Amino acid sequence: MKRIRTALTLSCLVSLIVTNTAAFAQVDLTGSWTPRNSTDAQEDNPGPEPLPVDYAGIPLSDAGRAYGLLSSPDKMSEPERLCGFYSPVYTMLGPFGLAIGRVAEPLTGTTVAWTIGGWEDLAPITIWMDGRPHPSEYGPHEMSGFWTGTWEDDVLATTTTHMRASILRRNTAAHSDQATMRQWFLRHDDELTVQARIDDPNYLAEPFYITRTYSLDHKAPNILVGQPCIQGDEGVPESDVPHNMPGKNPDVPELTEQYGIPREAVLGGPETMYPDFRKKIASQYVRPEKCPRVCGGPGTYPRPEGTR
Amino acid sequence: MVAHRILTLVAATGLLAVQAPVYAQFGRVPPPPKEPPAWAADLPGYWESLITQNWRFRMVTPPKGDYVGIPITAAAQQIADTWDPARDTAQDQQCRSYGAGMIMMNPEHLHVSWQDTKTLKVEIDNGTQTRLWHFDKTAPGDSAPSWQGISSASWVLRAASGYPFGARPKPNARYLEVKTTHMLPGYLRKNGVPYSANAELTEDYDMLRMPDDQILTLTTSVNDPTYLDYPLLLSTQFKKQADGSHWDPTPCSASW
Repeated sequence: MKRIRTALTLSCLVSLIVTNTAAFAQVDLTGSWTPRNSTDAQEDNPGPEPLPVDYAGIPLSDAGRAYGLLSSPDKMSEPERLCGFYSPVYTMLGPFGLAIGRVAEPLTGTTVAWTIGGWEDLAPITIWMDGRPHPSEYGPHEMSGFWTGTWEDDVLATTTTHMRASILRRNTAAHSDQATMRQWFLRHDDELTVQARIDDPNYLAEPFYITRTYSLDHKAPNILVGQPCIQGDEGVPESDVPHNMPGKNPDVPELTEQYGIPREAVLGGPETMYPDFRKKIASQYVRPEKCPRVCGGPGTYPRPEGTR
Repeated sequence: MVAHRILTLVAATGLLAVQAPVYAQFGRVPPPPKEPPAWAADLPGYWESLITQNWRFRMVTPPKGDYVGIPITAAAQQIADTWDPARDTAQDQQCRSYGAGMIMMNPEHLHVSWQDTKTLKVEIDNGTQTRLWHFDKTAPGDSAPSWQGISSASWVLRAASGYPFGARPKPNARYLEVKTTHMLPGYLRKNGVPYSANAELTEDYDMLRMPDDQILTLTTSVNDPTYLDYPLLLSTQFKKQADGSHWDPTPCSASW
């Protein structure tokens, strides 16, 4: 009897320590987070996307560059793709906020999963915190990918695998279905920065690091954001597959013609994200006299909703 | 008797398990501890900016009138529309885009070291600037405006779910916050988008340590009611370097 009592006492003490260690490590992330779209201003803001061939700063491999140049931005206007989702990488690119929820285990209150609400072009996301493994390499790839999370001290660190091929930038730069993404959710009071690292053995020569920032919206309820997609006609017939033949992409010169960016930078690659690359293009860059398009200005960006 | 004790223990466990959310509701978070997190030991050394976003605003000097992403006021636009790099150079103002308000967004290398036990020194090769981050709240006495202003630094406890029964947060549960004032008027973008002498800068630094990389993530907020409708919030990243082989100090330039 004494042994049973001792065992039960020890078991209770262990569970006590475990549940509270988890509580100490956690930062509450629930709420509606408004996007602050200045970090990648042309990428994240609603309105005109980056030019179709603007790969500057993306560490594309030769295969990744070739794939992008064969693609056409009109591909997303195909009727069968029009209401499709982008991969979870789009959480780092799209103009939308994050509606983050928490799924609690009913008896202990511990976090089983975090959820991120879907948008019209992003599938809802579940980040499993219960230690379950990722599917095998033969597991199905979905547009939502498969997410797991752990706490690194007080930072939620997530790993996403089993994505389908999708975009790396809101143009023709792409990742393959073998890509993986890590994200770190860095909360600073009412601001949230998400740091991402994307690895892709097929289309990236080095890890691609990008960041995004959000502010906690104190007014909005924690609901899913986005509207259902309504399929319309964007001018691409059902039988067409928009594409470019090798060496025939008509959009390659556009960034050079409009902004004077040297072609070597336009086509991306690891070198283009490092400061030393400036030495290489210093003599080639010709600054335009005036901003040619999408210039911003007073009143263009109203105060983000719900921010203090 | 035994059953009673077991029930008591089970109840206590349950109580402790649910208390964290209760504390969160009341916002009870103890004051931040003073000791730095473990990753602070990795701050000294060389870092390199990774320019993967806003590339054409950061790697090259954008054209006049390109204000994409900045919530500028009409007063700011008036100034930016008269931007003239040749005039800035002639007036010895070529360091306007190397002030604290923007300098960390430039393509550059950092050399971080401790000047003394209370002061972190951040040298920047692009523009040859030095920032001093003071952990001692009494320093410094000199309040004259400068390009890099006066910066006070602290280790801030992240908003947490609560620390019940007097438990202390782990030392690693913190990030580095740097607040800067007393800056000379400068540029938020190389093409003359201004910030005023009243601007205040808040920077939050986090470090991510991976087996093959170390990344320093910066979140920066520029508050300038004179020239911004609301604070400009930006983020960027630096990658740790093995050595200073890429360190290449260059002077400020108004046009490149």
